[in-house]
Amino acid sequence: MSQKLLALVEQSSLREDVPQFNVGDTVDVHTRILEGDKERIQIFTGTVIAKSGSGTRAMFTVRRIVAGEGVERKFPLHSPKIAKVEVKRSGVVRRAKLYFLRDRVGKAVRLREKRDNAPQA
Amino acid sequence: MAKGLLGRKVGMTQVFDESGRAYPVTVIEAGPCHVLQVRTQDRDGYEAVQLGFADKPRRLARRSERGHVATLESKRSKKLKAAGVESPAKANCEPKRFIREIRGMVDGLEVGQEITVGLLAEVKSVDVTATSKGSGFTGVMKRWNFGGLCAAHGAKKVHRSLGGTGGKATDRGGGRPKKGKKMPGQYGNERVTTRNIKVVRVDEENGLLLVHGAVPGPTGGMVIVRETNKY
Repeated sequence: MSQKLLALVEQSSLREDVPQFNVGDTVDVHTRILEGDKERIQIFTGTVIAKSGSGTRAMFTVRRIVAGEGVERKFPLHSPKIAKVEVKRSGVVRRAKLYFLRDRVGKAVRLREKRDNAPQA
Repeated sequence: MAKGLLGRKVGMTQVFDESGRAYPVTVIEAGPCHVLQVRTQDRDGYEAVQLGFADKPRRLARRSERGHVATLESKRSKKLKAAGVESPAKANCEPKRFIREIRGMVDGLEVGQEITVGLLAEVKSVDVTATSKGSGFTGVMKRWNFGGLCAAHGAKKVHRSLGGTGGKATDRGGGRPKKGKKMPGQYGNERVTTRNIKVVRVDEENGLLLVHGAVPGPTGGMVIVRETNKY
């Protein structure tokens, strides 16, 4: 009963257009940013290295290298501040959390690109 | 007039507002409550309403509990009726599991009336009272936030101890600890009121109240929600 009521409450905060992407994907995260009374879109590009949580608490972590320094940002999946998430590239991965990427530098950070099995016409 | 309701703690989650801010919220299933009695200045010496929340199965309710919410036929009631004594008004509802009085909430409420969470629609902030989770017999570090003793410097087996409790000169030379000295003991399982909790949302359709942050007690525990007087 409790869980049903909680789900009911969360329903109102869940977004209808949940961004579809997988761990290992390279994505552009478009976030709405309020500057004074003006709204603009900021884009954060990087590799999704983890997804966590469920319901309204679902989060995803995006990692990128900025000026030789690793930067990770964690976004709430259902936040209205996330305008959209664009998948640029899909990587082949065999685990749910890509924390091993944190220990890698340079070319080793790259993931093998996922290719469709269907032959290209 | 302070508004108040009884309810049940459903659990915690997170919701977003329009601007995208996330709020940690506790969901309370508040009401519907029946008004079981109205206390008046003339008769009782104070003003209050007695509310009942959550039905109790009739097989578990004592006859007195059933008689409290509805009129029961008995030899005595018949006798009183014959003698022309008027019996007090009854709510005519199922026996209730959780019955509490809310002081000073009378405006036009009558016995038998059902109040819902809509009562709190205009309220910005509430006080929530409940029985806290019991932690059993607890040491001073957890119970009173003491710092404990040294990890090193020769301290042995006393790392979480409270230290001294007083010497000859404490308590006006009584040679014993002061009254009210903070010591280990039962922690939790007591009535706790968290004051001035912001109301995030009132969901009248489902009878739910969302308040900002935590509320005392376990999930499923009964709570008393009152409009706060502390802004």
